[in-house]
Amino acid sequence: MSESKPESGPVINPRVTWEGCSVLLDINDGDRLVFARLSAGSTLKIGNKSCSLQPLIGCTFGSLFQVEIGKEKPYLSRFVPPTDDSNVQDEGGSQLQEESRDNRAIIDNNQAQTLTGEDIDAMRRQGATGNEIVEALIANSATFDKKTQFSQEKYRLKKQKKYAPRVLLRRPFCRSICEAYFKKYPARIGFLRVDALSLLLSMANATANSDVLVVDMVGGLATGAVAERLGGSGSVCSTYLGGTPYPTEIIRMFNFSDEICKTIMLFKICTFFHFSSEFCGVPSMTCAQFKMKPVSESANMKMTIQWREKTSLSVGTEDVYLSSKNGDTDLVPENKLSSSSKTCKAPKAGEKAPKQAIQSWKENGFSSLIIAAPEQDAWGLVKDLLPLLTYSAPFAIYHQYLQPLATCMHNLQLEKMAIGLQISEPWLREYQVLPSRTHPCMQMSGTGGYILSGTRMYTDTSQS
Amino acid sequence: MLLMDSSKKISFNRCIRDGDLVIIYERHDTMKAVKVCENSVLQNRFGIFKHSDWIGKPFGSKVFSNKGGFVYILAPTPELWTLVLSHRTQILYIADISFVVMYLEVVPGCLVLESGTGSGSLTTSLARAVAPTGHVYTFDFHEQRAASAREDFERTGISNLVTVGVRDIQSEGFPDEFSGLADSVFLDLPQPWLAIPSARNMLKQDGTLCSFSPCIEQVQRSCETLRSDFTDIRTFEILLRMYELREWKIDHSKFEDGSSIAYPPCKRRQPSSEVSVGENTSSPAVVARPSAETRGHTGYLTFARRKCDS
Repeated sequence: MSESKPESGPVINPRVTWEGCSVLLDINDGDRLVFARLSAGSTLKIGNKSCSLQPLIGCTFGSLFQVEIGKEKPYLSRFVPPTDDSNVQDEGGSQLQEESRDNRAIIDNNQAQTLTGEDIDAMRRQGATGNEIVEALIANSATFDKKTQFSQEKYRLKKQKKYAPRVLLRRPFCRSICEAYFKKYPARIGFLRVDALSLLLSMANATANSDVLVVDMVGGLATGAVAERLGGSGSVCSTYLGGTPYPTEIIRMFNFSDEICKTIMLFKICTFFHFSSEFCGVPSMTCAQFKMKPVSESANMKMTIQWREKTSLSVGTEDVYLSSKNGDTDLVPENKLSSSSKTCKAPKAGEKAPKQAIQSWKENGFSSLIIAAPEQDAWGLVKDLLPLLTYSAPFAIYHQYLQPLATCMHNLQLEKMAIGLQISEPWLREYQVLPSRTHPCMQMSGTGGYILSGTRMYTDTSQS
Repeated sequence: MLLMDSSKKISFNRCIRDGDLVIIYERHDTMKAVKVCENSVLQNRFGIFKHSDWIGKPFGSKVFSNKGGFVYILAPTPELWTLVLSHRTQILYIADISFVVMYLEVVPGCLVLESGTGSGSLTTSLARAVAPTGHVYTFDFHEQRAASAREDFERTGISNLVTVGVRDIQSEGFPDEFSGLADSVFLDLPQPWLAIPSARNMLKQDGTLCSFSPCIEQVQRSCETLRSDFTDIRTFEILLRMYELREWKIDHSKFEDGSSIAYPPCKRRQPSSEVSVGENTSSPAVVARPSAETRGHTGYLTFARRKCDS
């Protein structure tokens, strides 16, 4: 190891927040997830009160905040957990202790706690912190000492979440965005689980300098994920059937630099075959789209809804359009980001593909293909798009249902269009790892969908 | 392998050249990596293949032997490389690899530390993820394996993204020169808890760490050690289930009792519980079922984020 100072390249995704950046707020350890844009005016609603998000500007991603009830209104203050706080769950010494308590005498009749709601409000008015209230509740609980150690920890945690909620400032990255949506609004992303998305990116060899063709009907998540992997080089061509591009509001949450935004381009499928330099009147997907005047906005919405009704069979797709009216997509619709959507602009992504890009794609072919169209017929899309890939280019197709992929794979084999074909289903299980309490988590996702992957073959009759 | 150099990029205009590394595809489970050499031949069960026949052809071509047998020539990718590389140690496969790269949030420009290097399977995918401006520093305590890994990275064209060091990370930790500079750390060691304090020093705030361990006891001990300086500690298992296809002809001629029969193609035997519904008589249908053989376990993946101090 004779290297001098190792270089780590230009900072593509900064680790400190700035005014106007997009963040993911994780409230009470995953209980609630909210996407927000930081500005002097933006707020977060917790319980029935609003806190300003301004203290979060200029902080490192990963910082933790606690809601403190101030004299006038609640505010977020930076919270650094002391090291023994993390051992609340652990308590190294007492693991060795035999637990002699159990719950045989504990009756759950709601009478164990002697502090009333009014007592707590009085404490708040006197300026008690959230932690002090939690301690007071523990002190006034008749059954607390009778509980087992694990049970006490659970009790403390529950009270802390209610009276001293914590907010974790998360970096919106492919992983956190996908997980947040999968947890709260999976239908918007076609139930694309984070491991399935990671497989799509690997199997399609998404990397710097590649030209990836993407059919993204999962809210923009696949396009954003590919652009993140490309890091500003190469191109992401987001293509679509029908008259209007698919909704891609998720892309705006990624905090992409201008350099990366420029790599994301829109291009309508049919124009590939015309190979004309005319565009089919494609509107560009800038942030401004969502702030359109009421008339054109509702017209746009109507058009897209009509088109969706023809193809979609699943429930809950209407939700997608409701929130885009507000100018920002939050996972919790009642969260009103007052003046934030007007004062700060999201960077533009998804401009119409310029002529040089189209020319380059036509001459060289795309280096890979990703299809995330969980309700479309896979074969219908693949047979039109595969010829646009260069030879030996990998592709990966995600679908919620097995049968369309089986049909697609079979047809690809018959037509001799691809080799190395494989249908895989990812299986993911999370574990709780705690002293004497290690086991798989009680809850588990039943499915992350299916993926068909393969490599395009060269055949003499293929046209370039 | 990587597309950093636009002259090496696969495209309609790019044909196989002398000196290229290619993947020879015989069957879905039989592949090997070969360096194209003007005067060489490839010999296998299908016959003798002259490399010179390949030069000038596009990647993805079908090429023939002297006996009329054929193979396909593919452009190398990290996924294909994982399937063809020589196993000096147990390797990670695509399911774990792709999840690790996603969960560690590795993007172009990142600095990643890894130990042990092993056969370089994950390292190749990490290099792909950090290209073109990032770097992977990987360490293995076995001098010969480190040398083999270096050779492999040369062959696959990623040696300017990867630096292999010989070092015992469990006892010495990572080199001080990386303190506070790493975006991500990956550990595949027998006793990862010994390396965790050093990893903590290497990582930026909110940087990501992953530890791969086959045994749950290792996971428990690692998690205990992580708790003081790390947050967001999560442990997963990931597996891939494969499906195989069959084509079935359904004959709707009914028996007297009203039941109908499904006839699979003669050569194959089918379990009777799998019936697919066809539209009309004798229409072929494609049915899928999970493969009978599957991997049961590779290892547990434990992820964590370095706490923020300020």
